[in-house]
Amino acid sequence: MRALCWEGVNELAVEEVPDPQLQNKQDMIIKVKLSATCGSDLHLVDGYIPAMRAGDVIGHEFLGEVVETGPEVRKHRVGDRVVVCSVIACGRCWFCEQGLFSCCDNGNTNPGIPEMMWGQSPAGIFGYSHAMGGFKGSHAEYVRVPYADRGAFTVPDGVDDATALFASDAAPTGYMGADLGEVKAGDVVAVWGAGGVGQMAAQSAMLKGAARVIVIDRFDYRLDMAAHHLGVETLNYEETDIDGELRERSDGRGPDVCIEAVGMEAHTPNPVAYRWEQLKQQTRVLELDRPHALRQAIMVCRKGGMVYVLGVFAGWIDKFPMGALMNKGLTMRSAQQHGERYIPMLLERMSRGEFKTAHLMTHPMPLSEGARGYDLFKHKKDGCVRAVFYPDGDGRVTRG
Amino acid sequence: MGTAVGAAVAGVVVNRILTARRRNLWPMSTVTQDGRRPRWHVVTVNRPPEEVAPGGRLPEPLAKLGDQVEVQVNRAVGDRGTALAARLRHEPTGVVGTAARVAGTDPRQQVRLALRESKMLLETGEILQPDKPGTVKHTITGKPLDLAISRARGEGRL
Ligand SMILES: NC(=O)c1ccc[n+]([C@@H]2O[C@H](COP(=O)([O-])OP(=O)(O)OC[C@H]3O[C@@H](n4cnc5c(N)ncnc54)[C@H](O)[C@@H]3O)[C@@H](O)[C@H]2O)c1
Ligand SMILES: [Zn+2]
Ligand SMILES: [Zn+2]
Repeated sequence: MRALCWEGVNELAVEEVPDPQLQNKQDMIIKVKLSATCGSDLHLVDGYIPAMRAGDVIGHEFLGEVVETGPEVRKHRVGDRVVVCSVIACGRCWFCEQGLFSCCDNGNTNPGIPEMMWGQSPAGIFGYSHAMGGFKGSHAEYVRVPYADRGAFTVPDGVDDATALFASDAAPTGYMGADLGEVKAGDVVAVWGAGGVGQMAAQSAMLKGAARVIVIDRFDYRLDMAAHHLGVETLNYEETDIDGELRERSDGRGPDVCIEAVGMEAHTPNPVAYRWEQLKQQTRVLELDRPHALRQAIMVCRKGGMVYVLGVFAGWIDKFPMGALMNKGLTMRSAQQHGERYIPMLLERMSRGEFKTAHLMTHPMPLSEGARGYDLFKHKKDGCVRAVFYPDGDGRVTRG
Repeated sequence: MGTAVGAAVAGVVVNRILTARRRNLWPMSTVTQDGRRPRWHVVTVNRPPEEVAPGGRLPEPLAKLGDQVEVQVNRAVGDRGTALAARLRHEPTGVVGTAARVAGTDPRQQVRLALRESKMLLETGEILQPDKPGTVKHTITGKPLDLAISRARGEGRL
């Protein structure tokens, strides 16, 4: 089959790779219909996620049709239209039972690698390096889905492909930020990053009853999209002082909940400071992750507030404002998304038209144009928010 | 609360199952602290002890290690299922240990693997397999990572 493979830093190519096979009784094989680019992939493409091998198939946000089921798959039948959680979790270990699916003990087939990096091993993730299990990704014609009854969800008839696709990753990630960030009615919520994840977090905060939701980015086309589709407030950090604006908009307190949806390659507005952060990151020793947005979130958050980190980090950072965190009594939480916890509810809301996602798919294109899709997405060209691939020759993308 | 407390195991069969009202004595720590014996490797299995070692029979992956290891089956702290622990009777040390680790013959790797596989079997009914074939392109620069991947199921801090 054809698949989009990581070949090295900033090198992607569509190649012929072996078809996936059922390996476990609880597996199934999906024929991929849509597979989206995600900000997390940029960290792989840019070479900041360790344990990538040339030839690894990337992609983890996807929807497709069941073509083969293992003998112990009960919930799904051949022909079902399913959306699959990007995180691979067993659903039966203690962590899964607590709803901490991305901390699953049994979803990662290479636990030795993350244990050495982070002390404990999180769950597996499709197409997200050998540290996360080395599972083949979804930018392919077919993909194997382990623990299929746990990670795949039948899409309700009334929900179109382009909407349901984002129930795989961006939507549950954003929802988790608002939910575990404990957004309450009347809260002022600030969200860093107007990509797919930030927009979904902002929407979720509104659903939780936040009084004001303010999305921060520097790309006006993304901010305009968030304002237009989700009705949130926006701030362009290149044009205004974020600290001052957020204080004003929260009556001098600072936001109750700050959601970071930027991650380890944050941009820093001051060009000299930005270059310095990049240099430190290149050494891999001074810092592995660039945390500008995270620092800002901690500095502006109100006393006793919550900082929820959705952006992906892989190693260590420099100048973490521990003093602000400690003395202001902040709570900081983070996770890879616990998707299995939210996907059924999100699909339900999508079927009632209460959760908007389809607008994120700005660039549907055939898989053969994968490298171009990532170029548009990475460099934020041509109004790209998410490039979405479909198998060549299959141009049927349904949108509500 | 707190019935099955400790089971010191030689090889395949759990030799003795002690019962006590309270677990104020953690049976593993007393021996580990002498600093001379290999340490315990422990996983928490989200199943009750009766299922982890029914009638004293160990899960297959651990049973296979036979006399190389001592095994303990305890109710986990906080009633979170079962603490399944294994300790090698003899561990390679120094240069020999490092060489065994790289060669993939370190018995500690087998212990970690057996514990992880036992846990998966008990919790999910099967052992999750990686995608196959794994890496199809073998490059010089990819060699160290290939080695790490090939050892990753038996390595780590467990
Ligand atoms: N926790 C999870 O499970 C999970 C799931 C999916 C994605 N993610 C992570 O979420 C992050 C965002 O993903 P995405 O798909 O939306 O990516 P994206 O690249 O589309 O969007 C990131 C946005 O952040 C903006 N940004 C950069 N620096 C900033 C700064 N200093 N202040 C404010 N905004 C800034 C960029 O301009 C961009 O619009 C990534 O780190 C990704 O890895 C996490
Ligand atoms: Zn993602
Ligand atoms: Zn689990």
